[in-house]
Amino acid sequence: MSAPAIATAPDGRIERRFRALAAAGRGALVTYVTASDPDFETSRAILSGLAAAGADVIELGLPFSDPMADGPAIQRASLRALANGGSARTTLDLARSLRTQDADTPLIVMGYYNPILAYGLERFAADAAGAGIDGLIVVDLPPEEDEALREAADRQGLRIIRLATPTTDDDRLPAVLGDVGGFLYYVAITGITGTRSGDTAALTQAVARLKARTDLPIAVGFGIRTPEQAAEIVRFADAAVVGSAIVDRIAAGLNADGRPGADVVDGVLGFVRELAAAVHGARGG
Amino acid sequence: MALPPIETVQQSEQAFVTALSDSAPLPNTYRGGPDDRGHFGAYGGRFVAETLMPLILEVEKAYGEVRHSPEFHAELKHYLTHFVGRPSPLYLAERLTRHFGGARIYFKRDELNHTGAHKINNCVGQILLARMMGKTRIIAETGAGQHGVATATVCALFDLPCTVYMGETDIARQQPNVFRMKLLGAEVKPVASGSRTLKDAMNEALRDWVSNVDSTYYLIGTAAGPHPYPMMVRDFQSVIGKEVRDQVMAAEGRLPDSLVACIGGGSNALGLFHPFLDEPGVAMMAVEAAGHGLDSGAHAASLTGGRPGVLHGNMTYLLQTDDGQINEAHSISAGLDYPGIGPEHAWLHDTGRVQYVSATDDEALAAFQLCSRLEGIIPALEPAHALAHVARIAGGLPDDHVLVMNMCGRGDKDIFTVAEALGERL
Repeated sequence: MSAPAIATAPDGRIERRFRALAAAGRGALVTYVTASDPDFETSRAILSGLAAAGADVIELGLPFSDPMADGPAIQRASLRALANGGSARTTLDLARSLRTQDADTPLIVMGYYNPILAYGLERFAADAAGAGIDGLIVVDLPPEEDEALREAADRQGLRIIRLATPTTDDDRLPAVLGDVGGFLYYVAITGITGTRSGDTAALTQAVARLKARTDLPIAVGFGIRTPEQAAEIVRFADAAVVGSAIVDRIAAGLNADGRPGADVVDGVLGFVRELAAAVHGARGG
Repeated sequence: MALPPIETVQQSEQAFVTALSDSAPLPNTYRGGPDDRGHFGAYGGRFVAETLMPLILEVEKAYGEVRHSPEFHAELKHYLTHFVGRPSPLYLAERLTRHFGGARIYFKRDELNHTGAHKINNCVGQILLARMMGKTRIIAETGAGQHGVATATVCALFDLPCTVYMGETDIARQQPNVFRMKLLGAEVKPVASGSRTLKDAMNEALRDWVSNVDSTYYLIGTAAGPHPYPMMVRDFQSVIGKEVRDQVMAAEGRLPDSLVACIGGGSNALGLFHPFLDEPGVAMMAVEAAGHGLDSGAHAASLTGGRPGVLHGNMTYLLQTDDGQINEAHSISAGLDYPGIGPEHAWLHDTGRVQYVSATDDEALAAFQLCSRLEGIIPALEPAHALAHVARIAGGLPDDHVLVMNMCGRGDKDIFTVAEALGERL
């Protein structure tokens, strides 16, 4: 099994962004939305405003019919997206559209393996890189099974971003930390997205343990729902990931018929501004 | 019977083989799988969230420790004998044999097991493992409710709290089993997401497991899911085929000519087939649920109508869209109503060792009634699919042909569904 060393990986948007934030002494806000939730145009409008609202890294969810690691909020987001034509192809279209106006914000696709397999690993990696995507998080693809996608991604300069969790013990950590780049996503809880929140003391300790083992930036996600919680996270981690709480704002902005209301985009971006203000001010006191 | 678009299937298989393994040598045994990473050829594996990986590895390690332990097998045998009622009989179905006018048709009577299906074989094995691992809470998914009942039963036996996830659609059509589980002390959690059937129940069980990692053991009911479950469930169900081997030798003085079983996830079929896989003289046929017909789009025939993909922890054949979204399955039989299939079957399919066919709702209903009237055995709708295929082929086989069909469940649970399908009000 040959694995290109991270050190030789070309410098990409993810590395540049985290380096710049570190130099400025700031934590990063990573925002997640599901692509095409609730529909393509609304999703495009939200995406195009995220960076200006303060998102430092954008995660774009690839809709999947059976998101078994996600809680109800993101499950429903996936179903809304699929009902309105969301697919791997439209996810890449959204990325391409974002790149016409934003050359710098790292863009990560997060999702499940089957839609990527169905698209074709080589073709997906090539098309994703061509659309301006920087990395992939594939929730149900542990290191033991990710070689084929990793090699396809490597050929296109895409980072495979892995998840570490509270159950990832020291024996397992080398497997999780090997052969990858971008950043490490620490799952704050043993659970699904959008449910309970992690305990700060335990999280601080967990991030310190990871920092001792890797130079990758550490992003913490799952259960971070408020600006205060996000600020708390970046006092000891490099980034806070907020997903379900943002997706909830999309759901709240839908009319009774499921179509987006007039202020759904503003509602989402307003919340992201609050999150960003808290995250960016967290270390300044 | 309509054939799947062979070219498409073969192309995608080829892509997978190329992508996932360096070579796919022809096996000199069909019983050697999986490899140490849980792969049967290009299928199987462990596709789960990182949170679950250490748990899966723990189950694998624990099962590895007991797999060849005489003490474990002695305890397992004790419960299979005295609690389940094994061995189940091998019964010559004389009236059906005469009716079809060909092969000698034997039923492996796993419907006589305690709780009414083969599911209990696996549950006894896994509950012993869970206890040894010190787990204090059991979760399970169920479709027809047979696995849920079997799990609730062993949890009652060993005084372990039990939560069973079941789709709302299945709850509506399997009320007797829902009540049984409650009587046995289990909590039945309705699942309202997706198609509200087995697939969604499995999603929800995985979500529970990821949220309760320390206390909980996930007792999967079929030979699917992440490694080691497909292997472990197959091992526990192989008691069926091992018994058949001895019983058919006693009855006929030779091995059977053919084996027939229905297939949803595939545990009863693998249990029957696996001990015979290396016997070249034994033909094997597995019968998928064709629902309203393979061309209708409303079926559960993952092998005959699907293509490879990843769901619920394993790579296998799935009913899915071109975009990799999982399609809803349909079958009148809740136990076959699943858009995937165990990975060992995917491999046996590609190698050609087992022939995979299908039967429709209507064919299963006809076989259900025929068996009830001619044999005095009300079969579950699941093995009624197997019998529907037997009905198709038996008459054309010579009268010295020995055919064994797995009667893997009894039909008590299905009487409401069948009554409705026949237009009768109960």
